Amino acid sequence: MSTEKRQEHIKRDVEETEEIQPNVEPGEMDEEFVEDLDSLLDEIDEILEEDSQEFVENYIQRGGQ
Amino acid sequence: MNLHKKRHRMSEWPGAVHFFDGGQQSAVSRACGGCILPEFHNPLLTDSFRWLMANKKMEIPIIMGTETEYGISVKNAREQDPVAASTLVVNAYKTSRDDAPSANSSVTWDYDQESPLVDARGFLAEAEPTITEADTNSAVNDILINGGRYYVDHAHPEYCTPECANARDLLLYEKAGELILEVSRITAERLLLDNQEIIIYKNNTDYKGHSYGSHENYLMSRKVPFDAIVDGLIPFLVTRIIITGSGKVGAENGSDEADYQISQRADFFEKEVGLSTMVNRPLINTRDEPHADDKLYRRLHVIVGDSNMSELSIYLKAGITSIVLQLIEKGVIGKKFSLKDPVAAIKHISRDLSCREQIELADGQEWTPIEVQRAYLKLAQKHLAPEERTPVVEDVLEKWQYVLDNLEIDPMRLSQHLDWVIKKKLIDAYRKRHGYKWDDSHVQMLDLQYHDIRPDKGLYIRLLKNGHVKRLLDREEIVHAMHYPPVDTRAYFRGTCLRKFPKHIYSASWNSMIFIGKSGGLDKIMMDRPHFGTQKIVGELLNNCTAEELVKEIRGNASE
Repeated sequence: MSTEKRQEHIKRDVEETEEIQPNVEPGEMDEEFVEDLDSLLDEIDEILEEDSQEFVENYIQRGGQ
Repeated sequence: MNLHKKRHRMSEWPGAVHFFDGGQQSAVSRACGGCILPEFHNPLLTDSFRWLMANKKMEIPIIMGTETEYGISVKNAREQDPVAASTLVVNAYKTSRDDAPSANSSVTWDYDQESPLVDARGFLAEAEPTITEADTNSAVNDILINGGRYYVDHAHPEYCTPECANARDLLLYEKAGELILEVSRITAERLLLDNQEIIIYKNNTDYKGHSYGSHENYLMSRKVPFDAIVDGLIPFLVTRIIITGSGKVGAENGSDEADYQISQRADFFEKEVGLSTMVNRPLINTRDEPHADDKLYRRLHVIVGDSNMSELSIYLKAGITSIVLQLIEKGVIGKKFSLKDPVAAIKHISRDLSCREQIELADGQEWTPIEVQRAYLKLAQKHLAPEERTPVVEDVLEKWQYVLDNLEIDPMRLSQHLDWVIKKKLIDAYRKRHGYKWDDSHVQMLDLQYHDIRPDKGLYIRLLKNGHVKRLLDREEIVHAMHYPPVDTRAYFRGTCLRKFPKHIYSASWNSMIFIGKSGGLDKIMMDRPHFGTQKIVGELLNNCTAEELVKEIRGNASE
């Protein structure tokens, strides 16, 4: 990517990301999200590491900073 | 002539001076066979430097980078050997790169430029320096064509971004690192048995009291007194976790119990200031290793942050911290926000999911973490000069305010924005469905798997792909950032040289490159000014020369 293109990218993305808005008003759930969340939870049930208890117990990471 | 007693000016970076002091002969001078390194001075660069100094609006524009230690585990391994697994993964990336000219090269890391035991408070910690032999060096180090570094640190694969001049680039290069880890993970996994999987997490804990770091680095002017940094930064770092926390199920390291807390790292911090990073961790780390001209710069090493998946969390973490450091340089913070007990406060804030509980300041006032963050934001809005308010800085200020406004109303409004809230929402829904308690292993597994870097298994990545979390970057530019350095720091020189002249480079570090000359001699180029070596300054030169010509050009300019 050329420098100009990168600069454009940065400019465009900075502009685009300014529209970040909460999709959910306090106390109210976005229905589409609830549906998506349901299918995501189905997915999680499928992809979560099996034998999670054994996995979590055996996950040990020494020597970190 | 006694090489080791003579002061050599050997850098083409203007004004950089390299000292060979007496005592132990360095690996480089051994490799050079005691040859005398030329004195470098490049007038081409001097002009730019003069321009920068004449037009400077700030003391030193802040340059930043992050280092991420990843958790690693091999499923179905007979025994876990994280050092071997990390070495396998880091080396796999070298062999995976058909496009990379440095694929089969063995560029080593120039450890001569490191001094991790120098303390910012003015003393040298006592410990044996470790010396890495050449074979081991290239087996555990990969200097990347994007200007970053990928290596084995203790028992973890670690990725360091190249030096970045703004928070958006920092985000971009940190995300490029996640892809680099995933590419190497896939490549390394091919070498294992069919039933074995390499699992890599971008998180900070094994939930058993062992933490691994996500370190940030900010280049600052040496003129800022270290005490001013300590005073101005601690209250900010302690309260910024409401924005930068990654979320964690449970508590560790003897801290008070918690079902869920905002920060992964908060439990591991035990004192305010110190040099250590592995035990008894301090909120402010005093390592004084600028990887640059130490008379001009310091590199502030921030070790208290969490590893983030959320793009907004990473972007704001780097963005707001660099802004606060600018405020500290301006001297506008002082002890205004000093906390009574910062170590206790960070743990308290981490456990308050409402972000509304007050903490006590040294002067007896009680503020919420949101109020402390707002006070910093207000100072930034007041004191940043117009020319310091670049588009990225302006954007960071807006998003900082946006996040604080929403945290104030209800943190759950940010369930598509900030890691700790995204994860909380996911776990809440998951627990509700299955009726799991907080300490159920499924809940812990979900917490871990949020940080999994695999696109088919990583929960954050699934949320991102399905459009449930906010995105600041597009895929194309992240892939680009795996292969090209930022254009506006010395990373440009490093990355471009590695891409163009892999066979001519013997060794490199953050502030040096050693070229192999025609006769086999070595030429060391110091890069002690991180704002130089940019595309603007050296782009044309690098585009139109061979490695020999580059070194000759530098030598030529030096002798003029």
